[in-house]
Amino acid sequence: MCDLICHIPPAVQDLLLSILKGFAVILVIFPIAGASSMAERKVSAWIQGRYGPNRAIVPWFAYVPFVGRFLQRLGVFNLMADGGKLLFKEDPLPGHVKKFYFMLAPLVGLVPAFTTVTVVPFGAYLDRAGQVVPLMLANVDVGILAIFAVASLGIYSMILAGWASNSKYPFLGSVRASAQLVSYELSLTLSVLPVFLWVNAPGTDATLSLARVVEFQSQPGLMGGMWFIFLMPVSALIFLVALFAETNRLPFDMIESEADLVGGFHTEYGSFKWSLFFVAEYSHMVVGSAVFVLLFFGGWNPLPWLPLATLTGWLHLQDWPVVVGALSVVIFLVKVLAMIFFFMWVRWTVPRFRYDQVMKIGWQKLLPLAIGNLLFYLLVIGAIHAF
Amino acid sequence: MAELIFYFFAALTAGGALGVVLNRNTVAAALCLLLSLMGLAGLFVLLDAYLLAALLLLVYAGAVAALFLFVVMLLDMQGGAKRTPGWLNLGASAIGFAVLLAGVAATLARAHLPEPVVTAAPSFGFSLKYYAAQLFTTYLLPVQIIGFLLLIAMLGVIVISKKPREEQTPPASP
Repeated sequence: MCDLICHIPPAVQDLLLSILKGFAVILVIFPIAGASSMAERKVSAWIQGRYGPNRAIVPWFAYVPFVGRFLQRLGVFNLMADGGKLLFKEDPLPGHVKKFYFMLAPLVGLVPAFTTVTVVPFGAYLDRAGQVVPLMLANVDVGILAIFAVASLGIYSMILAGWASNSKYPFLGSVRASAQLVSYELSLTLSVLPVFLWVNAPGTDATLSLARVVEFQSQPGLMGGMWFIFLMPVSALIFLVALFAETNRLPFDMIESEADLVGGFHTEYGSFKWSLFFVAEYSHMVVGSAVFVLLFFGGWNPLPWLPLATLTGWLHLQDWPVVVGALSVVIFLVKVLAMIFFFMWVRWTVPRFRYDQVMKIGWQKLLPLAIGNLLFYLLVIGAIHAF
Repeated sequence: MAELIFYFFAALTAGGALGVVLNRNTVAAALCLLLSLMGLAGLFVLLDAYLLAALLLLVYAGAVAALFLFVVMLLDMQGGAKRTPGWLNLGASAIGFAVLLAGVAATLARAHLPEPVVTAAPSFGFSLKYYAAQLFTTYLLPVQIIGFLLLIAMLGVIVISKKPREEQTPPASP
């Protein structure tokens, strides 16, 4: 192995490693986004009492007993069929659009969506000393701030798409997008502040790292093992509502609102460019769910008051860091997928808000609640540390 | 490697800034501003000032530039006709440019930055605590003044945008 690697200069090694990590992100997120879009159709069918996609199948696969039919009914092959269709169908480029920006918009959407994935810790393993080491692609100390900063750039994709399409409905969609996203970003940021206030007790080195938040939720004892959902339910609620608005999911999908804006910002788009918007939306959802799980649902800890280290002890896995790492990733993924299911559940249950209601909820309800919540925890944390 | 990245981000920053000034299409100019800001954030990251980079992206690239675009799109400004500037304008611009150029030249020619003492520098990198302590002690007055200015601006916007009741007329049809 070393013959291959050791002769490469370290700078190039770093570069190669970064490129590999980048490919890993694409290889993981693209299928998850695709599978989510499939799951969306299945879940909607389930909620509405339909079958949903259950016909497509690869010809010879029908002969595989049980499994073939099962996968067919699950709609797995529809995913491939959809992907193939989106790749190979004609790519329409309407004559009235501003071509350069029209093509740029889907790409601009993808870049921030994929970049945020790199700073999300998705698991942990225990080293020889029993220390929990988080798994993440880029260990940035600014953690949550980096995610917020890069994710906030995703708005340009919608603005550009609406403006470049050069027609009324996309334009309306993108104007709504810019107002909505900027409005809810405030509540989103304010809602996580109590968590970090709680984590950064006086005397400790201040941090915004998400891994540290999970570490804080995996301490022993009644208060230590408590997930932040129990400690700060209002914060979690505000974060969740703002997250729905930031990812443009129903009941906040003002940007698409196919009932009154045809398709909103992507009305003029077709084939793969159109699907790139959805890959971006779903990866925003994945990252948003992941952050929510890390902040409020204990990250890779299996249960409240049951940290990963304890579970490792029970299963006698101390000498198997790889197994522990895989286990933690599975636990984390299950939670994230449950969150994504929740997103879909809400989408097919709650009707869309009117636009004025969206603005009213954002500015008159959510923001004061977030500020009040922050003040409350400021006082509580101050009182705890004073006495 | 780091040098290469520095040149890339520096070019992005300077090129973006030039694009803002030279572009006649306002939306393209706003996008150039975004590029410039991203280059600047990259430069901050190279300086290990991660917090500044993140805040720059979050506040300026994520919100302020988006609002620029929002306004530009809403007003649908299309550059406007090319005007020939008057003599007064031209003269004032020339003098301003000359003074700025002289300033930059003088700085480049005469300024000597003291060699940084590496050991004496406080543990920078990323230290939220350090930033916070500085903001609440050394730079408390500037922070308060800027906060006050922003508050005044905010109140001004509220006052200007709030029309008196009786003057409210239905919006003119486009």
